[in-house]
Amino acid sequence: MREQRGIFQHIDWWVAILFLVLVILGWINIYAAVYDENHSSILDMDARYGKQMIWILASLLLAMVILLIDGKFFSQFAYLFYGICILLLIAVIFSGREISGSKSWFQVGGIALQPAEFAKIGAALAVAKYLGNLDVDIGKTRTLLTLAGILLLPMILVILQHDAGSAIVFVSLIFVFYRAGMSDKLMLLLVAIPLLAVLALGMNKYILLVVMFVSGTVYFLSTRRKIKTLLTIIAIFIASVVYVFSVDYGVNKFLEPHQRTRINVLFGKDIDLKGAGYNVNQSLIAIGSGGFWGKGFLQGTQTKYNFVPEQSTDFIFCTVGEEWGFQGSFLVIALFVTLFFRIIFLAERQRSKFSRLYGYGVASILFLHFAINIGMTLGLVPVIGIPLPFFSYGGSSLWAFTILLFIFIRQDSYRYELL
Amino acid sequence: MKLVNSNRKIIILGLFVLIGLVFIIRLFTIQIIADRYVLSANNNVLRYITQWPARGLIYDRFGKLLVYNEAAYDLMVTPRQVKTLDTTELCQLIGIEKEDFIERMKKARNYSPYRASLFEAQISRENYGYLEEKIYKFPGFFVQPHPLRKYSFPIAAHTLGYIGEVGPEFILKNTYYRSGDYIGISGIEKSYEELLRGKKGLKIRVVDVFNRDKGSFQNGKYDTTSFSGTDLYSSLDADLQAYGELLMSGKKGSIVAIEPSTGEILCMISSPSYDPNLLVGRARKMNYLKLSEDSVLVPLFNRALMAMYPPGSTFKLVDALVGQQEGVLFPDTRYGCPGGFSLGNGKMVSCHNHWSPLDLRQSIQFSCNTYYCRVFRSIIDKKSFSTTREGFEVWRKHVMSMGFGKKLGVDIPGELNGNIPSSNYYDRYHGKNRWTSMAIISLGIGQGEIGITPVQLANLAALIANRGSYLTPHVIRAIGQKKHLNENYQQNKVSDIDPHYFDIVVAGMHDVVEAGTAASAKIDSIPFCGKTGTAQNPHGKNHSIFVAFAPMNNPKIAISVVVENSGYGATWAAPIASLMIEKYIKRVVKRKDLEQNMINGILLTKSKVVDQ
Ligand SMILES: [Zn+2]
Repeated sequence: MREQRGIFQHIDWWVAILFLVLVILGWINIYAAVYDENHSSILDMDARYGKQMIWILASLLLAMVILLIDGKFFSQFAYLFYGICILLLIAVIFSGREISGSKSWFQVGGIALQPAEFAKIGAALAVAKYLGNLDVDIGKTRTLLTLAGILLLPMILVILQHDAGSAIVFVSLIFVFYRAGMSDKLMLLLVAIPLLAVLALGMNKYILLVVMFVSGTVYFLSTRRKIKTLLTIIAIFIASVVYVFSVDYGVNKFLEPHQRTRINVLFGKDIDLKGAGYNVNQSLIAIGSGGFWGKGFLQGTQTKYNFVPEQSTDFIFCTVGEEWGFQGSFLVIALFVTLFFRIIFLAERQRSKFSRLYGYGVASILFLHFAINIGMTLGLVPVIGIPLPFFSYGGSSLWAFTILLFIFIRQDSYRYELL
Repeated sequence: MKLVNSNRKIIILGLFVLIGLVFIIRLFTIQIIADRYVLSANNNVLRYITQWPARGLIYDRFGKLLVYNEAAYDLMVTPRQVKTLDTTELCQLIGIEKEDFIERMKKARNYSPYRASLFEAQISRENYGYLEEKIYKFPGFFVQPHPLRKYSFPIAAHTLGYIGEVGPEFILKNTYYRSGDYIGISGIEKSYEELLRGKKGLKIRVVDVFNRDKGSFQNGKYDTTSFSGTDLYSSLDADLQAYGELLMSGKKGSIVAIEPSTGEILCMISSPSYDPNLLVGRARKMNYLKLSEDSVLVPLFNRALMAMYPPGSTFKLVDALVGQQEGVLFPDTRYGCPGGFSLGNGKMVSCHNHWSPLDLRQSIQFSCNTYYCRVFRSIIDKKSFSTTREGFEVWRKHVMSMGFGKKLGVDIPGELNGNIPSSNYYDRYHGKNRWTSMAIISLGIGQGEIGITPVQLANLAALIANRGSYLTPHVIRAIGQKKHLNENYQQNKVSDIDPHYFDIVVAGMHDVVEAGTAASAKIDSIPFCGKTGTAQNPHGKNHSIFVAFAPMNNPKIAISVVVENSGYGATWAAPIASLMIEKYIKRVVKRKDLEQNMINGILLTKSKVVDQ
């Protein structure tokens, strides 16, 4: 009993309360998204909001269980957890159920579980465990290759399930590498590669190259104009030219048509409002029509009359935007950013390297979901079907995010036990 | 190392803040700056449904319903809601081919898969009955009431007019109308459009993404109710109108009858005519095309208001009045008639056989051309006028004060001015001031450049009946349930001619019927006044003209009759006018032989169009 009180005493209430607030706000908006005047009972277990409530209660139970587990457990069994996730990802390819094009679900009783959601936790644990080892030197190529392997293995398995969206999330753990000491140049390269790809698709390639050429020249002229610098700049420029053109070629050659359309829609090259652009257009209409104050709870016409598809899952932020307006959207974004800040703050105060890096992993994964999901509803990012943490309808994702977060809260409270 | 790490922490936190800010800026632009999203959201869910009010009814002067509305229905389709259906059955129900069905579905889908568009317009009430029973079999289809205009009798087409779908260029000019609305296009339907149409209502419904109705928008806060159109009470006598049309069958021409004391038009016949029900509903376009393409009969042409004729001898009445007013003509003024009036250049205006000399009253009775050439000259060349022009202008002013040469202002669109030539016209023709009364002498007997419409001619009869004044002829006497009098037409218009000059003219007109040029038109029981006329027609046989009013004292009806290409006024126009007078005053016509002769007189070859 005394030990238990100790556990709850030392958990970080900031994070716990932010978690609770987000989950409750999410539930309210799911209620609004699927609200139907004829079936308005909040406790209707057939409706999504009814189910979500069960999942919220279950996730609270999960959180409690995690807080009661010994602090060393997660670091000790990190690789095991990762291994189980990989096995589940393999198993689901063979025996999974197909839901909306992705063969990534296990049917357990009445509940559909998606191993990919849980694999993110496994990857975060494995990365933290590996880099937490004091002998590992991130400067070495071998280390980097191992880390790449830890990420690529689940990514490939997830892509095989046609769930490219979830695969992207694993990339977020690069922030953990960076915090663990990966070189600035490599980080810059890892950031520059996708950034350049986006620019190559988003703007005129020739203008992009002229801009790069001019900035390269200006940079060279501002240095001491050594031959070596010039050669480096030329090499980078040539590599960029090749890359920019191969991205364009790759998109046209290798992406599936629907993915290509999504990219074209995003960059305004395609304004097919009845096809791929429909979701984003309706999403923008929903959020844009919310105004400053919003239309009020259950008053969103886009929401109520189902103009936005997937509104309780991937497009849940539309409901926030439409019914709560700018003020509500601002609040939700502020809550998320505050949560990320708090997690980083807690991570930095960890004594164990494992805990610290795991904290960074948690923040990175949540952040990437946040950035892609809201970016998508605002028409800033292509339509990639990944949930908004704690908000989107769905047991698997809610439980996975809860476990992800509460393992970190447990690690943070474990700090005191190490005294 | 420590420093590097804290830098990296700041870089990562900075990225979080950056993305958060990007989102907030984006939200700010789309939620607060841009307003197109609010509009789009409303367009998504709000459906504006027009409530068409019942158009005002039109009655005749005895309360007979002339124009009313009949329930009809538009079949609408929302393509997205259409499920597999028995196409053949639906096609049979509304009487279309399968190819039409496919074509129309394609058109509707192109308009919008989610919004209702017109599939089949104006389904009659009988067909609607069958359709109503079966409509549940055709999801995505629904029926919407859209009343049809109906005309109780196949008469008065030109006067009543017709309605049709409002054209796109008119929608731009007048914001009241939307595509799909009806508007009066001619006749009373046009001139009283704003009263007849009533006020449209609007219902705003909320629909979901599948266009399913989700109830009214904000409990109907922004809905407006429709108000029925105002009923109109016309001055037409439906029986008289029908009788006139019967008499005019097979003839080209016009009859206009006016109640002198009120200016109310009792009937207005333009022949050939058409059944107003032809220009209703689905067949309107096709029938309109047929009618408008008939260049032989020109059935759409309203002769009563738009045809101009030289008035012939009927115009002698005008000269008799102007001459007296100008003090150059007196009841005992006598002019001898040597069988015509010599123009001095070897030509002459011939006259028919009658005793001579005649005084004023007799000159009307026997319609002496010589007499009126001299009267005309005595007016124009009166000593107090320094020039011909001055004399002519005085004559013209008097003539125009009797309602000639300008629109009377009848409440039906399309009325023409007629033509009383100006001195400028003769200046252009003969050279400035190089014309004399002799050059324009034919005006004195109603020939030449003078152009009068049948309604102006009827108005002349009314003016004489009233001894010098008239009320603007009109077909709508009262407006609305409370039958407010049509105030536009309550004002008495007084001519230049003093009332006492009329007595001798009236007496002469009475003689015309009793023992003059129109003795064949005499009605034993009704003493009435008339004047024959024969309009010279350079293109063919002369037009037969007659003006009359009855009874002589306290007149109830003033009438003009024009029968084109039929010869002398006494042959056709006078008997027809006399029958009309008998019909109006006695309600029954006893002179069956005369009636049959008139009805059976076919003066034109029937065209295929009216031959139904
Ligand atoms: Zn004579």
